[in-house]
Amino acid sequence: MTANWQGNGGLVAATVLGLALLLALPQIVDPVMMIELTSYVIMAILALSLGLIWGYGGILCFGQSAFFGIGAYAYAIAVINFGDSTIPLLLSIVVPGLFAALLGYFLFYARITDVYFGVITLTVTLILYKVMGATSGSQYVIGVAPLGGYNGIPAVPPLNLPGRPDAALSFDGLFYLSGLMLLAVYVGLRLMLKSRFGQVVVAIRENERRAELLGYDARFYKLVTFAIGGAIAGLAGCLFANWGMFISPDVFGLAQSAQVIIWVIVGGTGTLLGPIVGCFAIQWVATKLGAQQLLNANLVLGTILIGFVLLVPKGVVPTVSDALRRLKFRPYVATLVEQRRVP
Amino acid sequence: MTSPDCILETRGLEKRFGGVVAIASVDFSLKQRELRCLIGPNGAGKSTFFKMLTAQLKPTTGQILFDGIDITRAQPHQVSRLGIGIKNQVPDVFNNLTVAENISVAARSRHGKARAAAKGKDVMERLGLTALTGRLVGELAHGQRQWVELAMVVALEPKLILLDEPAAGMTADETNKTAELIREVNKTAAIVVVEHDMQFIKQIAQTVTVFHQGRVLIEDTMEKVQGNELVREVYLGKSEDD
Repeated sequence: MTANWQGNGGLVAATVLGLALLLALPQIVDPVMMIELTSYVIMAILALSLGLIWGYGGILCFGQSAFFGIGAYAYAIAVINFGDSTIPLLLSIVVPGLFAALLGYFLFYARITDVYFGVITLTVTLILYKVMGATSGSQYVIGVAPLGGYNGIPAVPPLNLPGRPDAALSFDGLFYLSGLMLLAVYVGLRLMLKSRFGQVVVAIRENERRAELLGYDARFYKLVTFAIGGAIAGLAGCLFANWGMFISPDVFGLAQSAQVIIWVIVGGTGTLLGPIVGCFAIQWVATKLGAQQLLNANLVLGTILIGFVLLVPKGVVPTVSDALRRLKFRPYVATLVEQRRVP
Repeated sequence: MTSPDCILETRGLEKRFGGVVAIASVDFSLKQRELRCLIGPNGAGKSTFFKMLTAQLKPTTGQILFDGIDITRAQPHQVSRLGIGIKNQVPDVFNNLTVAENISVAARSRHGKARAAAKGKDVMERLGLTALTGRLVGELAHGQRQWVELAMVVALEPKLILLDEPAAGMTADETNKTAELIREVNKTAAIVVVEHDMQFIKQIAQTVTVFHQGRVLIEDTMEKVQGNELVREVYLGKSEDD
């Protein structure tokens, strides 16, 4: 029991810290920045989904935004039709999860190798971009929701209390909800990674053949991991549609797909904290760069990425925690930052 | 057909890589709890044979029966679940996990949490790995990594264990320990060992099968095999027709 508590001590600390930030930030940050911050939180959920499947599952998915976009569209279409947001919220998680499972079934069971996996997932995203872009015109309607082609779906109704469409979520409410969701996903994933299932997923990343020779069906474990990642990305998509009250095929674009990968690289693969940190840092820099005219924002971001790949290849969180570990801060770090082991 | 005390049987097993015949029509059979040594020069097809038995390679033709079940077209994890454990030639471990985690992943493939923990502890004690539990396997010496892989295979409690060069890169002491372990595990499982180290084979061998150019050259006791003219020629590289 004691050992168990100690094992979860870091998790409890991280949860308390997360809740404290969630309550404190709206008090100290100005309202305009809160709007930005809410989008960072939502995108951090998307980053976590890739952090899971790439960092732990060893599956490099170039099309994580596909599930994000499907989640957003599933929510928007369903909520316009239903009015109440309870089922649409569930659909925004289930539909991309199932889509990921279906895609994963064909790719993993055909034993598609890493590089092709990346290419195919990227292609799927771009196909979705083209398909959704081609849906302008009154004939492209699902229920009462027009798809709108490249113009997207405007005026997406916000989330509401279950069963009460009139009790819509305020903007502050969206921040708290997104923060709680981010925390829940983070805690949920950490617990999952500690379980037998998580252990096997990491073992498969380390050595797929050995895992299979020990009796684990690698295809199945990868499929489930991929589907969980898809579902989490879908949840982020739903929150994103709420944030902008708008959704367009741009969520399936190349820029969006690349962005997620950059967050995870900068923050560090093989950790869960890394993708969150990377996402916040890069988005914050991008916001600041957008406010000035001196330098092209993309040029600077590109330079930052190249700098990281060359100088900090492990990413921020693993590098910092390794350094602290070397300085004998290990007991403190180990409780806050989950153990990181990546080749 | 298959006699009841036969755990493994191959019929006309063959593997071709393009024009190269790696294994040619091998009929092999192994009794329950038998300890068999497999020897032969490099390229004789020993590792290919092992890889087919564990579904890492699909045979071109032929059939593999394990415990009366046809596993010719099975998946690696299914073969493992039926009860075949293999230690590959090159240490095949989870380098970025600790010794304890490596063995835990293996033990939990068969057992629930509590039994797996007990089994893992037992195996680590038997193999003298207890002092290394927290170390990353990738940081260990070659011989120690071999032990970790052996421990993982033993933790599976397979009915048949295939060991591809288990004593490679080990000191004399470690080799003796390995031989001892093999004899002990053999009380509950059939074992096939591929080795080049003749001293090691003498320590454990009952029946020896000699592979040469993908075929079974001879199958007999160690003494008879050592005295066999053909085996000497094969190992000394003397051509048969001059």
